[in-house]
Amino acid sequence: MRFINEQAIQDIATGASLLGAGGGGDPYIGKLMALSAVEKYGPVQLLDVTEVPDDALTIASSMMGAPSVFVEKFPRGDEYEQLFAKLRCFLGQDIFATYPIEAGGINSMIPIAVAARLGLPMVDCDSMGRAFPELQMSTFSIYGIEATPLAITDEKGNVGILDTISNSWTEKIARAMTVQMGATSSMCIFPIKGRDLKKTCVKKIVTYSENIGKTIRELSKKKGVTIQTLLDVTGGHHILSGKVTDVSRITKGGFNYGKTIIEGIDDDKNKQAEILFQNENIALKRNGEVVATAPDLICLVDFETLTPMTNEGLKYGKRVHIIGLPCDPQWRTQKGIELVGPRYFGYDLDYVPIEKLCKKGAHE
Amino acid sequence: MNYRIGIDVGGTNTDAVILDDQFHLLAKQKSHTSQDIEAGIRNSLHQVLEESQIDRDQITHVMLGTTQCTNAIVERKRLSTVGVIRLAYPATMSVVPYTAWPEDLKEVLSGQYKVIHGGYEFNGEVLSEINESEIRDLLHSWKGKIDTVAVIGVFSSLKDDQEKQVETIVHQELGEQIPVSLSCEIGSLGLIERENATILNSALFGVIKTTAQGFEHALIAEGIHHAQIYLCQNDGTLMSLSFARKFPIFTIACGPTNSIRGASYLSKLQNAVVLDVGGTTSDIGVINKGFPRQSSTAVEIGGIRTNFRMPDIISIGLGGGSIIRKTDKGYTIGPDSVGYQITEKAKVFGGNTLTTTDIAVRLGKAEVGNQQFIADLPIEDAEQIYKQVGSTVAAAIDRMKNSAEEIQVILVGGGSIVVPSKIDGVSKIIRDENGDVANAIGACISQVSGQYEKIYIYDEIQREDAMQDAKYHAVNQAIKAGAQKESIQTVDVEEVPLAYYPGNANRIRIKVVGDLS
Amino acid sequence: MRYLNKQSIEDIALGASLLGAGGGGDPYIGKVTALSAVEQNGPVKLLDVNELPDDSLMISSSMMGAPSVQVEKFLNGNEYDRLMDKLARYLGEKFYATFPIEAGGINSIIPIAAASRLGIPMVDCDSMGRAFPELQMSTFSIYGIKATPLAITDEKGNIGIIDTIDNNWTEKIARAITDKMGAAASVCSFPIRGRDLKKSSVRNIVTYSENIGKTIREQSKKKSITVQALLDVTGGYHMFSGKITDVSRTTRSGFNYGKTVIDGIDEGKNQRAEILFQNENIVLKRNGKVVETAPDLICLVDLETLTPMTNEGLKYGKRVHILGLPCDPKWRTPKGIELVGPRYFGYDIDYVELEKLMEEKNKRSF
Repeated sequence: MRFINEQAIQDIATGASLLGAGGGGDPYIGKLMALSAVEKYGPVQLLDVTEVPDDALTIASSMMGAPSVFVEKFPRGDEYEQLFAKLRCFLGQDIFATYPIEAGGINSMIPIAVAARLGLPMVDCDSMGRAFPELQMSTFSIYGIEATPLAITDEKGNVGILDTISNSWTEKIARAMTVQMGATSSMCIFPIKGRDLKKTCVKKIVTYSENIGKTIRELSKKKGVTIQTLLDVTGGHHILSGKVTDVSRITKGGFNYGKTIIEGIDDDKNKQAEILFQNENIALKRNGEVVATAPDLICLVDFETLTPMTNEGLKYGKRVHIIGLPCDPQWRTQKGIELVGPRYFGYDLDYVPIEKLCKKGAHE
Repeated sequence: MNYRIGIDVGGTNTDAVILDDQFHLLAKQKSHTSQDIEAGIRNSLHQVLEESQIDRDQITHVMLGTTQCTNAIVERKRLSTVGVIRLAYPATMSVVPYTAWPEDLKEVLSGQYKVIHGGYEFNGEVLSEINESEIRDLLHSWKGKIDTVAVIGVFSSLKDDQEKQVETIVHQELGEQIPVSLSCEIGSLGLIERENATILNSALFGVIKTTAQGFEHALIAEGIHHAQIYLCQNDGTLMSLSFARKFPIFTIACGPTNSIRGASYLSKLQNAVVLDVGGTTSDIGVINKGFPRQSSTAVEIGGIRTNFRMPDIISIGLGGGSIIRKTDKGYTIGPDSVGYQITEKAKVFGGNTLTTTDIAVRLGKAEVGNQQFIADLPIEDAEQIYKQVGSTVAAAIDRMKNSAEEIQVILVGGGSIVVPSKIDGVSKIIRDENGDVANAIGACISQVSGQYEKIYIYDEIQREDAMQDAKYHAVNQAIKAGAQKESIQTVDVEEVPLAYYPGNANRIRIKVVGDLS
Repeated sequence: MRYLNKQSIEDIALGASLLGAGGGGDPYIGKVTALSAVEQNGPVKLLDVNELPDDSLMISSSMMGAPSVQVEKFLNGNEYDRLMDKLARYLGEKFYATFPIEAGGINSIIPIAAASRLGIPMVDCDSMGRAFPELQMSTFSIYGIKATPLAITDEKGNIGIIDTIDNNWTEKIARAITDKMGAAASVCSFPIRGRDLKKSSVRNIVTYSENIGKTIREQSKKKSITVQALLDVTGGYHMFSGKITDVSRTTRSGFNYGKTVIDGIDEGKNQRAEILFQNENIVLKRNGKVVETAPDLICLVDLETLTPMTNEGLKYGKRVHILGLPCDPKWRTPKGIELVGPRYFGYDIDYVELEKLMEEKNKRSF
């Protein structure tokens, strides 16, 4: 057990924007929410998963909807008090702690604000080890753990509780409610007992995120910024350094398909990378060859400052490093790949772990 | 022959140039910025007119670039107090106005704010109706406590009715003379960033009033009656004076853009780093193919996150007037400065404040003032400070470089004498003889722009119609800012679908640029 | 207290199709569901509102969504068991009885099926006295009674409970969920105490509906059918008789606007009636002049059989009577007119009570 202070929040936010893998939304507003809450209610206790009693009930706190709406209309603040109260009543059990549903983007920050406000601990884990666009894309789904009973609310005070037959149905109905609530909502989801959490979550991801953020912060202060330290911390692979020469987007069947072209510079001159993204980056090709796909993380960081970049903010001319991070091993199971592998996102590619792909590339 | 005059009022120096209609430099002048602004402008203007001997009736345009607003924020001086009304309740209470602001700046602006009922949803539906008596009660409680008002509504860039209603109420309650900033006119999605910009805009009403008056008086006094007057904006374009009075925030950081564009124009270099050393601060930008590299991340001014359209620039508290103090651990440089009072306060001018300019003079790198006045400073101490200036600059340049390779640096600005000629990581320092007036030249060659941003739902409006609508608003904005309608061209279109939203909603941003009318 | 038998269900369904005022959906599928439930579980107890203990908790059972989907993908049957179970858990209290949210269309019958399965009584009341298209259009809204906590489910087993700030938000969110659930969902809404139901409901509407049904049934057996008996039982007016010459529909800012043109026959020759409808009929004009508007009921019945007609089934050439039925007096309050008057539906017309309009007409005629 330890406490999360302001610096930790700053670092986790930076780390979270890397783990967003191009999506997840800019954690900035979430960070302000967390900082404001911690300032007012005191620091948050961070528990290791092993410190959660087997019978204790934990629940994720997250926002759903469009980050570009969230930056304009963010929560009132007491949404989660409402949600916890309603859900406690419906479940007939007290909630011991909260945790982030995903480590990438805005949702890395929400549980900190919630924990501070409600005086609950936060657990050092998540259910993705990164960001994903749909709520059934959770390691919990691999183990058949249900997202419901779930509670959802808006800043106006409308509350819903859902109890569904599958996590895909939860996604569908909660998303429709979110649209009605003005394209963003607050929710408490995946009530889970300590013993199940230990078995199914991605452990120590908050600490991992914090270490990433700390590394980037320290590196950005140094003179000769090298990306190697970041790779060491993440166990990641450097794929290419270059400048963005094209970002294109098309909408097909209700999905937004995007493509980023990056031309190599310096040592990577004459090389080219192509990133296929939806909200998050899904597949990465170097010189036409696939070198990484989801669920492994394809991340862009600013060439000079190593600041992680989201796809919404990408601009022509931006100089970036592309790095590939291995995903949590739970995603590399058959069920995991079915849930979040390239085929789910509509790309006819087999998933091969990034270590293998990069090793293969190195031999060439 | 027609002429245009470019004037740049910095914290320390006021520069003036005259260009002909082919953009040839005919005359330049530099003088110290005076406290009332007007005298400094008049001084430079008078001298440059004398030097060029042109017919004053043939002056068609006068452009003013001023860092007055930037400096006011950085130094927390001359700012108006602001009452901040956020129309959002019950949304957004989790992060209230002034969150993450430096405490001292918040205090200077009085820190008065309230989040009240109002705002729209992203699709234009009402989030909360505004409550008139709530607003009137609030304003009543603010009577006498605030100089200006800033109104920020959730998704007001989509629908501005509520903000405009509140403006009317403010004028009814507090009087017509109370200036009001509406966030819908400041633009861009992202409530916190837009709110910060709107608050700063209100805080700057007093500063812009002084600046504009000084400028107008100076022109009249110099016999310039037929020229159109423009102020420079931070994206390298211009706005008319009356427009600028309402939107002083847009002048923020126009100096760096002007100096980058001016420096590039002068040096003919397409790729380089531009180091613009003023009296109080230095700005470092990158020229990429002749244009300033644009920042894609949020820009901070005086420690405040905003969403300005501006080049990727870092600013350090180092200039020709930076105050040097001795501490137990050695010397500190800046970030405060004697500014325009350098000719009274710097040691070489007979004052008793040690500044960076004194160091340059002490080491014989510059010849201004009287070297004798600084002779008592040990030479090794001066060298140590000079080295410290060099390493501060080197570190900042290093942050901006595109690669590890050494790069050419174009050095401009009135304070450039304080910068050593050898800096780590720099292959060559280019000092153009006219580099000291790059700002003013940059101001002279500017165009006028307009920008519009909104979320459109393609299920409700056809994509082409949405584009047309956005362009229509951008063009109107440009015309309002002083552009000639026929010359307006679209220069930038951004179309980004809303992530994680199942409907067909897209954020469109269009920027247009036109010639001066 | 009395029991509803099969004949009652048939009659209520028939009456409900008149009270649908052109909308509400064909009660047929609801009727079949209710009949089989009653066959399996026995008849349903119908309670008068006066028989309810003041503190007892009631809830309405209804369907939401498109009637044309409901006729294809109808109930599993266990929906209301699950809804009431979850909602009782959420509220921490069991339900004493159920009641119809509206007397018009399919929702008149759903609570009979629900009551029969659950073995609880049904109350002889509703919250509209007719059919309306949106959830907040309830006499309960006039009294500030909320539709939530509300439970909603589909035949697959997905359940939602919503608890909102007002009935308009409930409509909005429940409608979106219904859409995802496949355009038809089962709903338990408006949990309400006996004392409040007594104050705010439209009373004896099930019995009223049954009487209408019975009257039509009996008339249709007769050799010479007259509309008079139906007018007697409803207190309604005969507005017009004619032949449908046009039915047109347009969509404007998300609303479906429809228009039915009916040209007079026999003594009404050379006269023309025009009905403006959305789902239900909202405005009736005769020779260009407004003669009736919502919330009063504008109903069409078959000229030969007196069978009530819904707008979905209207066809060119069909010969009809147009009847005008006065709405429940609760709708004639300012709050009521705001909720369901012609302006809410987008028509710039003042609501004038049907009886007054008829009086004026009669004055002019004499």
